[in-house]
Amino acid sequence: MNRVLPILTILFAILAFWYAAAIWMNAPWQNILNGRANLENVPFLEFAQQTWAQDKPVLPAPHQVAAEIWNATMGLEFTSRRSLALHAWITLSATLLGFVFGTALGVVLAVAIIHNDATDRSLMPWIIASQTIPILAIAPMVVVGLGAVGLTGLVPKALISMYLSFFPVVVGMVKGLRSPEAIQLDLMRTYDANPWQVFWKLRWPAALPMLFASMKVGIAISLIGAVVAELSNAAGGGLGVRLLTGSYNGQTIQIWAALFIAAGLAAVLVAMVGAAEKIVNARIGVRA
Amino acid sequence: MMKSGLNLLQSLLALLAGGMALCGLVGAAISADADILLTVTMGLGALTLVRCVFRPISLWLDGLASVLIALALVLALPRGAAMPGHYWFAMVSAWGFAWLFVDQLSGEIRRGAVPRKTMGLLIPAVFGVALLVVWEIVTRGANVPPVLLPAPSAIGAQLANSAPILWADFVQTFVKSVIPGYIIGCLAGLVVAIAVDRSPFLKAGLLPIGNFMSALPIIGIAPIMVMWFGFDWQSKAAVVVAMTFFPMLVNTVAGLNAASSIERDLMRTYAANYWQTLLKLRLPAAGPFIFNALKINSTLALIGAIVAEFFGTPVVGMGFRISTGVGRLAIDLVWAEIAVAAVAGSAFYGVIALIERGVTFWHPSVRGGRA
Amino acid sequence: MSVTSITSSTTGTGVALPVVKAEHLGLTFSTNDGDVVALSDVNLTIEKGDFVSFIGPSGCGKTTFLRTIADLEQPTSGTLEINGQTPENARKDRAYGYVFQAPALYPWRTIEKNIALPLEIMGHSAQQQAERIKRTMDLVNLSGFEKKFPWQLSGGMQQRASIARALAFDADLLLMDEPFGALDEIVRDHLNSELLKLWDRTKKTICFVTHSIPEAVYLSTKIVVMSPRPGRVTDIIESNLPRERPLDIRETPEFLAIAARVRDGLRAGHSYEEVV
Repeated sequence: MNRVLPILTILFAILAFWYAAAIWMNAPWQNILNGRANLENVPFLEFAQQTWAQDKPVLPAPHQVAAEIWNATMGLEFTSRRSLALHAWITLSATLLGFVFGTALGVVLAVAIIHNDATDRSLMPWIIASQTIPILAIAPMVVVGLGAVGLTGLVPKALISMYLSFFPVVVGMVKGLRSPEAIQLDLMRTYDANPWQVFWKLRWPAALPMLFASMKVGIAISLIGAVVAELSNAAGGGLGVRLLTGSYNGQTIQIWAALFIAAGLAAVLVAMVGAAEKIVNARIGVRA
Repeated sequence: MMKSGLNLLQSLLALLAGGMALCGLVGAAISADADILLTVTMGLGALTLVRCVFRPISLWLDGLASVLIALALVLALPRGAAMPGHYWFAMVSAWGFAWLFVDQLSGEIRRGAVPRKTMGLLIPAVFGVALLVVWEIVTRGANVPPVLLPAPSAIGAQLANSAPILWADFVQTFVKSVIPGYIIGCLAGLVVAIAVDRSPFLKAGLLPIGNFMSALPIIGIAPIMVMWFGFDWQSKAAVVVAMTFFPMLVNTVAGLNAASSIERDLMRTYAANYWQTLLKLRLPAAGPFIFNALKINSTLALIGAIVAEFFGTPVVGMGFRISTGVGRLAIDLVWAEIAVAAVAGSAFYGVIALIERGVTFWHPSVRGGRA
Repeated sequence: MSVTSITSSTTGTGVALPVVKAEHLGLTFSTNDGDVVALSDVNLTIEKGDFVSFIGPSGCGKTTFLRTIADLEQPTSGTLEINGQTPENARKDRAYGYVFQAPALYPWRTIEKNIALPLEIMGHSAQQQAERIKRTMDLVNLSGFEKKFPWQLSGGMQQRASIARALAFDADLLLMDEPFGALDEIVRDHLNSELLKLWDRTKKTICFVTHSIPEAVYLSTKIVVMSPRPGRVTDIIESNLPRERPLDIRETPEFLAIAARVRDGLRAGHSYEEVV
């Protein structure tokens, strides 16, 4: 593919810009440090290296973040409270649980909506309207509210993820299940096909591409939901908690590491849905 | 069921609604404490069962029965205690009548017997009101702890009481953080997309990265932005910029490719230069894509600002109020804040959608009618 | 035009029941802009083995009539019988195969799986399916393309596959709604002559909607000329051309005479005034 070179170029440019920005943003503090240590006229190259090696830099250099990610995943026991792998796993399990239930709920609701006029007319406007509402904002409250009745740990976070991932699936599946054209439905009618056959032989396969498209959106926001939900329960652990404690303690390197792990998780999850899509498409013969 | 003129689902609903009203009557007779108004309305509900043997009754009667029973029930709710067991029959009955009404009404709309425009709006409205009523009855009737879920009436009261606080929070979060961040982020995305569009090399490099970034939890940069730009609105606006930038970039780049080759060839035959083609053909053709991004971003922006406030703010703002309210278990206030956020979010989206209708009126998705 | 009193005998061996019998058939659509009369007082009898073409400008109701036969639309007045049954019962009996303007093949099924679709729905065994798929694919000259997906085939081949799908379950009546309308003229000529051979071999009754005069004359034993607003039948022309029709029959005087009469019929129906 001819896309590799341009992507690499852009990535390299971002990296270079990042190192430069790190010098510029960390310089004031480094000047103070050097002033205290009575260091004067530090050569630029050495000064740059100093700014890339601070303890709590304003902007950590990429290699500092990479080292932190390595140390906090590979360098620690999985059970350690500081292990990023453990926190990533906590977040991932809530994400996956919520995503699975959200997708199932979304599909069931979409099927109800396309088969019943009253459901369609009463639910659809609200589903669309609720997408415009900042649902994430209620995440901490749901967590605390459920905690008050004794529900803690995985379930409240998964509920938020479910709530978030279910909307794109409903909307996408309603669109997908309605996508067969009139003549394809007429054809089924000429065969006197029953509703069950119309669904499994026509609507469902026609909706599969939309299902996967919505699932990609759904799993990405499932992860966001889990991370935000963790912000309100510092004891539970998870990437959101690492972000929060990092921000309280000024541990910028820790924040960036957690952020990158979260980004990596999102990328892997979306890629996994994409891979599943490719497999299914190949089996039912949709043009790639 | 032969006489009722209903289909299977509707017949079952009619039996359920009427039967529950009857059960409620029996329950009221057995237990001593019967609310008079509620008993009367339940009697009315039970009377609808005559449709099974006698003749069909108007769907509007079902609607009326639902409204009356629900109203009587809400009025009869005891204060500070759980409601008597037989009241639950009334709630199920009211819900059944409402569903029956809506199901029949949508059948009438499909047959063209009632106008679609006005009645089409009635159905979602009925659902919304029914949800609120059930919420009120369940929370108060079952004495649900307010920490878990306060009743809508309590939230409404809190909305009225704390209007000044809510308004200050709205100004801090929406006017100061969301609007500037949204405008800067969207404009930057648009400008970068147009700049990149001239270079296939840059486009090939930036587009996959932009797509990738759109799927990432960008919201996680909030703590970093708070460190860089301080506790006030600037850091929230910065988060909003970062969140809105990539969707706009990706959509605009896709939109700029939306013009067909025939249309582009036409511009070539006029010897139009790059900017003429851009302004007269490609940007208008990209309109639906750009508006799509604007709509996605309207939601993202509000989420970004509120969540960013969880990481530190001056003592004002919607996110601040939510996180501290949760901590102090002032759940009524939190819900009032959420109601404000919901209205603000929907209104923001609605305004963008209205502008879209005006600007891209020619696009099939707009001409087709339903949004 | 003898009306028999036999009511429900699809296998009627003795008296030949008309395949389609319409009497004073009318259909009015109610729209937001008021009522539109799509069909008005249509009287028509189609006998077994006929090849009937419906011709007329857009809006004349030819497609609506075909859809009414197929029970995809319901008449608002008059009577319509298919093999002596109501259209609904005929549909439930799977009495006809329908070919649409577009191939309407499912992109996620191979050609043979597309042809198997009606057979699956009607509950044929796997063995029967395989046998019928093979037979009908031979019939439309598509052997060798079983495993292809629709989008890997040309437009003409796709439409042949959709005809095979309509033939697969052995209905005696074939309803075709401008099946070759989207194809170029060379492919169309070819498919027309193939269709004639297929009709001759299978002895099916075919109703064929078109707006091409040569196509209608070339294919039909009976041509129904229709005109719009309200949609009605203005002329029914019995063709005296032989059953065996090479393509160059289209230059014979007999052919041209029938074509001229069709053209006159279309003109008499004011069919070419401005249509919005």
